[in-house]
Amino acid sequence: MELLLALPVVLPLAGAAATLLLRHRHKVQLWLTILTLAAILAVAIALIALVPASGVLVLQIGDWTPTQGIVLVADRITALMLLVSSAVTLAVLLYSSGQTVAENSERTPVAIYHPTYLALVAGVSMAFLAGDLFNLYVGFEVLLASSYVLLTLGGSASRVRAATTYVIVSLLSSVIFLSAIAAIYAATGTVNMAMLAVRLDGLQEGTRMVLELLLLVAFAIKAAIFPLSAWLPDSYPTAPAPVTAVFAGLLTKVGIYAILRLETLLFPASQLSNLLLAAAALSLVIGILGAVAQTDLKRVLSFTLVSHMGYMLLGLGVSTRLGMTATIFYVAHHITVQSTLFLVAGLIEQRGGTTNLARLGGLAKAAPVIAVLFFVPAMNLAGIPPFSGFIGKVGLVEAGIAYDRPAGWILVGASVLTSLLTLYAIAKIWNRAFWQAPSEDVVANDHPVPRVMTGATTALVAFSVGLTLAAGPLMTYSDEAARTVLERTPYVSAVLGDEAAGELHYRIDDAGEKVVER
Amino acid sequence: MSVSLALLLTAGVLIACGVYLVLERTLTRVVLGFVLLGNGVNLLFVVAAGRPGTPPFEGTAEPSEMTDPLPLAMVLTAIVISLGVTAFGMALAYRAWQLFGHDEVPDDVEDRRVLRRSRRRSGDADDLPWSQALSEEARRGALRRSQEPGRPEDPLGDDLSGAEDVPQDATEADEGEARPVRRPAGAVGDAEDPDGPDGSDGPEDRDGPDGAPTTGDPAQAPGAGPAVETDHHHRDGRGEA
Repeated sequence: MELLLALPVVLPLAGAAATLLLRHRHKVQLWLTILTLAAILAVAIALIALVPASGVLVLQIGDWTPTQGIVLVADRITALMLLVSSAVTLAVLLYSSGQTVAENSERTPVAIYHPTYLALVAGVSMAFLAGDLFNLYVGFEVLLASSYVLLTLGGSASRVRAATTYVIVSLLSSVIFLSAIAAIYAATGTVNMAMLAVRLDGLQEGTRMVLELLLLVAFAIKAAIFPLSAWLPDSYPTAPAPVTAVFAGLLTKVGIYAILRLETLLFPASQLSNLLLAAAALSLVIGILGAVAQTDLKRVLSFTLVSHMGYMLLGLGVSTRLGMTATIFYVAHHITVQSTLFLVAGLIEQRGGTTNLARLGGLAKAAPVIAVLFFVPAMNLAGIPPFSGFIGKVGLVEAGIAYDRPAGWILVGASVLTSLLTLYAIAKIWNRAFWQAPSEDVVANDHPVPRVMTGATTALVAFSVGLTLAAGPLMTYSDEAARTVLERTPYVSAVLGDEAAGELHYRIDDAGEKVVER
Repeated sequence: MSVSLALLLTAGVLIACGVYLVLERTLTRVVLGFVLLGNGVNLLFVVAAGRPGTPPFEGTAEPSEMTDPLPLAMVLTAIVISLGVTAFGMALAYRAWQLFGHDEVPDDVEDRRVLRRSRRRSGDADDLPWSQALSEEARRGALRRSQEPGRPEDPLGDDLSGAEDVPQDATEADEGEARPVRRPAGAVGDAEDPDGPDGSDGPEDRDGPDGAPTTGDPAQAPGAGPAVETDHHHRDGRGEA
């Protein structure tokens, strides 16, 4: 049963090798990729069914002792992330199969696209499953290297320009991460996360803070948290729509997932929670102001992405059980919704020939299906009541109120303001792209949108509505996940045994306070 | 834990040089900088491995006397990763050189847009000699001009985002003004214009089609494409008359 844990990493890597060998047969390549991703989705469903019954699943690769070898660990959060990410990657791949047919395919290097895409999926899965810091680093590198290739597909001037910044910033964060690992190994003699949880507890406060800050900066660059977010709106919009959708949905969330592990397992309720809260508030407000100022659809969406990372950081910053629960729920919601919106942006580009709002107009009449497909996730993003975005935001605002400190109230204000401004940005898009008289571009560019693309987008919209319908069970699941994460002992005892778990110094209680146990 | 000072110093020097190179403007140097940075960080792992001991083969010595092999294994992985990423960075630099003739890291799109807009609003941007425009970009523009003599001077547009197929879409703030163009081809362009009927660049040549003086009027700012076009026709007509 534990062997299941290896599949989300091994399957896409094997698939990448096979699709690379089959590069001259596009049809076979495509079907092989779809099959691989569907298999990963099946594995993720199996995991999400298994994990609540058996607690934390641990796979020790090659039966090495856990402190020396590679361990893969899956708890409730991992299973949920894997489920959402595999659903999104499958839908996006189906979508892109329609797009490569639609575009002039001799200019699109399809042969490279599928293997790289699978490698990206492998990297994302590895980062979610990693049980030691170095494996997390390797997972990050795998997904980043694939993302460089995907971002420069075709090698056109705008993509090379965008990728230059992206590659440099990502390399910088990797170097910081690597030096953090070296420092942590020098301080504790291990990189296994469960072992680190035990040993880091015993370090001096100053050393702990340096190590935590190093890791936090590395992860925050990847998660595009405000002061470190300037690269994102500049690089994502130039990539092809499906690539941007996967990047926006998954890559930043991998960063948030790493911060979640950092702030709970490695450094529980640290001294830095005020820093996190400040970064969250700034991300929220400055990100959304950027979105309001933009007039390109993809850039608006990129800025809302930066802004909404603040919501997830809010829950991590208050680190109460309610905050964690809402954050986990919100991550699942946001992956789906943000990817869907970028896919819809691709549909709009396909139909209207541009994503520049100044040149769009009248799409509601010209393409009612796209209008509906945009409206549902957009309202979801803005947090309009029936949808999952509203539920997640209510949870976060409640957590902020319950936190009952000035920082908490400021954040509540910032998140409500951001929600309103998101609605304003969405309304602006709607007003300019979907209402008004049809613009010249929309009239002149009357290509039919391939049915596969609309179908894949519809599937993702349905998935996000499904998250809304299943919000009750999902909240319970997230609550349970938050409890185990804050307690820390289940994770450590699953990897190292109960004896090591008894050596943990701290845990976090439901109110977000650090409790000294020993 | 005692550590080797030589290793630490070497790592420090490598990282310092790496940071310096990363701050450079061309991608090739940035990539080289990351090579140095990566090597410096790898040395940190060697430092973290602690004192050198006997080779870590099972049965040859006491485990306490052996070198810690784990950080060295990590270094190997990190070296392989940085090899791949460096290769990609070099390929990217080469592609940028193919496309643009140089591999300089571009400015932020939004920064450029704000700059362009403020220049158009201030209206007299084009009257500035190139040496007073943003020095870095102006220098590059002059460099390009010296290589391509037929090309009008462009102190603003001559870097990566000035390339032909980089989209420079109109934004809301551009509305109400003339269509934005990449290249403010105002007075300087006219001066070099071989088709110019009289070749002089007197003040009357700078009048817009409606007779309004161009300078000082934001709507007719230099660089406004259609305005320049009609300006040419107007002047041509006047020249024939």
